[in-house]
Amino acid sequence: MNTRFRRIRRLVPVAVLPLLTLAACGGDDDSSAASDCEVGQVDGDLYLYNWSEYIDPELKDAFAAQYGVEVIEDNYDSNEAMQPIVAAGNSGYDVIVPSDYMVSIMIEEGSIQPLNLDVIPNMSNLAAEFSPPPYDPDGKYVAPYQWGTTGLGVDLTVMGEDTPRTWGLLFDPALSANFDGRITLLNDPRETLGAALKYLGYSLNTTSESELDEAKGLVADAVDRIAAFDSDQYDELLATGETAVAHGYSGNMLFAILELDNADDYTYFVPDEGGTIWTDNMAVPFDAPHPCTAHTFINFILDAENGAALTNWNLYASPNAAAEQYIDPEVLEDEIIYPSDRSKLEFITDTGDFETKFSDALSEAKG
Amino acid sequence: MSGRTLAPTTRWVLRSNGALVLAFLYAPIILLAIYSFSGSRLPGEWGGFTTEWYVRLFDDSRIQKTIGVSVRVALVSTVIATVLGTSSALALERFKFRGRRVFDALLYLPIIIPDVTMAVMMLMFFTQAFDLVDLLFGLGLSKGFATIVVSHVAFNIAFVSVVVRARIAGMDATLEQAAADLYANRWQAFRFVTLPLIAPGVLGGALLAITLSLDDVVVTQFVAGPGSTTLPVYVFSLIRKGVTPTINAVSVIMLLASLTLVAGSVALQRANAVRGRNNSE
Amino acid sequence: MTVLPDADVLETALGEAERREESAQRRRGLLLALPSFAYMILFFAVPLVIVLVYSFATRTSTGSTSLSDWNLEAYRKLGEPIVRNVVVRSVVLAVITTVLCLVIAYPFAYFCATRSAMVRNLLLVAVMIPFWTNFLVRNYAWRLLLSSGGPVSSFTESIGLGPTEILFTKTAVVIGLVYAYLPFMILPLFASIDRLDWRLVEASRDLYASGPASFRRVVLPLTMPGVIAGSILVFVPSMGAYVTPELLGGGKETLLGSYIVTQFLTARNWPVGASLSFVLMAVMLVSTIIYFRAGAKNL
Repeated sequence: MNTRFRRIRRLVPVAVLPLLTLAACGGDDDSSAASDCEVGQVDGDLYLYNWSEYIDPELKDAFAAQYGVEVIEDNYDSNEAMQPIVAAGNSGYDVIVPSDYMVSIMIEEGSIQPLNLDVIPNMSNLAAEFSPPPYDPDGKYVAPYQWGTTGLGVDLTVMGEDTPRTWGLLFDPALSANFDGRITLLNDPRETLGAALKYLGYSLNTTSESELDEAKGLVADAVDRIAAFDSDQYDELLATGETAVAHGYSGNMLFAILELDNADDYTYFVPDEGGTIWTDNMAVPFDAPHPCTAHTFINFILDAENGAALTNWNLYASPNAAAEQYIDPEVLEDEIIYPSDRSKLEFITDTGDFETKFSDALSEAKG
Repeated sequence: MSGRTLAPTTRWVLRSNGALVLAFLYAPIILLAIYSFSGSRLPGEWGGFTTEWYVRLFDDSRIQKTIGVSVRVALVSTVIATVLGTSSALALERFKFRGRRVFDALLYLPIIIPDVTMAVMMLMFFTQAFDLVDLLFGLGLSKGFATIVVSHVAFNIAFVSVVVRARIAGMDATLEQAAADLYANRWQAFRFVTLPLIAPGVLGGALLAITLSLDDVVVTQFVAGPGSTTLPVYVFSLIRKGVTPTINAVSVIMLLASLTLVAGSVALQRANAVRGRNNSE
Repeated sequence: MTVLPDADVLETALGEAERREESAQRRRGLLLALPSFAYMILFFAVPLVIVLVYSFATRTSTGSTSLSDWNLEAYRKLGEPIVRNVVVRSVVLAVITTVLCLVIAYPFAYFCATRSAMVRNLLLVAVMIPFWTNFLVRNYAWRLLLSSGGPVSSFTESIGLGPTEILFTKTAVVIGLVYAYLPFMILPLFASIDRLDWRLVEASRDLYASGPASFRRVVLPLTMPGVIAGSILVFVPSMGAYVTPELLGGGKETLLGSYIVTQFLTARNWPVGASLSFVLMAVMLVSTIIYFRAGAKNL
């Protein structure tokens, strides 16, 4: 190796060393920072980074009162906006609430630390299908928080009581004749292309380009028949009559419908071809400043009564089996929140390098 | 007054354009003010008159906190950005110096950079910078109020500078020379000739800076620390659960606050003018 | 008898004095610019370099950026047809918005500049005040205004024109963008018009120039700096706008702003987000400088 090259080689690592801390962020050891914590111990206030309106303020107050700490909550509106902030380090948060596919990404990148399960005895309250969850096979990184489905909210007065329960309402021009222009789709490549994939009979985690192309074609056709791509206000547009079919999440939809006087005119379902089941989870960032408090909070939420209070408030399904006795019976029986047939539902998993193809496909479908 | 040289039709056109523009600018504001009193949680549905959202506002410490952070960030960053932006504008328009071209180009970048790119780059920068500071000085800095202000100033300098430069560019440089001829030193010339002349530009730049700071979402989202959320970031994160009329109420209150400030400063100006007249008698 | 200084000596002395004054001017200029220049280097240029570095990095399979395997993949991707379509569409939209803003703002700025000092300041602040409410809330208010059950539609229905469906169309996006960036055009225009020496206008009228001719040949050229500044302040952000097109246009077309955001925040493909941003900025910088120089030449 000639000397000039060697000199440059030595310079580059030094210059790049600070930058490399980005890529190599996270814990390099497998132990939790909370390995010295006791059950119910707190080591400072709780800094919670959560989706909006996902936790009852009274529940936060209850935690604060029980353990003598403050709860400071900040909100984010997407996993992808939360993740770089946490991964960069020094975010200041103790507990975050990533979704399923984001959990596997954060585990792999070391952005979240393994939990000290000894101080979370309530983990045993979780239902069998969530312990461990498929995206955390060792069951030691996250505690599932709430789960739900993605499907279609419809206005029965326009669609009729016996409207076909199919994704074809979005993708089949013949079916959408009398509500053309009154449809919204989620502005999420995985969900929208996923719906098309399910309609075509494929898996929504496919890594086949030809299958994705077919789905892209369906979505591209549908663009002319929809009012908008909307991931945030689809429930309001449905409720005000601007749209008749809304692609969206179970809890949001239900929340909006129940506020109406004519709630019986609306319903939500996951089409027969199947759809997405998603789970949000509590996790602890790799550099959480108060890991003991974080673990205590997770244990608190996993308590049967608290878990039930959570569900009764935000109307999403609880992964907590022990909580079921405390959940309102109406909530338990509601098909929207707790669908009985979950065989055709798939979790969204990260497709690695193929992920960019999904987002490109949606951008291209829009033209 | 130049108004006299305008033909009546032109004057009519100008007046009606003025009225239409104001109507256009305030139409959504009036709408949201109306709906801030609506009893229905749904937008566009009138649910009967109620002041419950305003009442809720007084109980909602979170919104109050974010308003506080937003206002403080806006004020601090605007003052700094206006000073730095005005000095940049003066330097670029009135002087030749080494590196002028680079500086000129550099000041366009914040205007053309996409928000999200700036957000990502500031996050990375602060992460690296804090790591370096920790390494060198053992000081553990973290994101918060200061990082938000620093980022806001970073883009606002450019906007202030553009507005002030537009002002200076049309200005007669000989006025300052005349002041020098009349034995004013540089500081006096600046204070009594230049500054009053560029004042409208500086004011315009400052107004723009406050607005940009109060409205910034993406950059702030990425460089804020826990507990230093600003109002627009908070509202942004709420949209999935619906923009409740409480947010409308917040907007109305901010409007009323700004109107009060304006009315106050008008009253102050009038008082000064009267005092000036009284003093000169 | 006094001896007059030699002509040559005098000339050299004067030349030196001039040169010293010039370098003193340079120093003063640099000093004036220095605080701001240093700030921009530290808190803008340096972060920008970081992102530039990212554009040559690779996206790992988990979506983070690995600072090795330097390559030009991110730039190669910019050759794809989707990018071309997105850019063209965004440019067209930005041009339309800028032209509309100019046409609406110029008379308004002129009107402001020809009022008394107090009214003038009031009007300017009145222009800014709506923008001290929340940006998102304003967009939602427009959504309401333009929806098929909203005030605009009810109004047209009542005068017999039938309901309007403006929401989720391109027209709605243009309205939203013009609304968002009008003050950016008004302020610089006002600053420029206000500086106008009205005696020049009067002089042109005295010389029998008609109103429009006076405007075209005296007022407009003299207020060109304001026109240019305003156009840049409107065109550039319109190119990158993404919230308004999504909220008011329904997000049915991919525009540059949303495409870049998608790369960073959905596909988590930071190298491409970076390369796209850089090419965009380079193009805009060059065209801005050209535009500015061209405008200055007209003065």
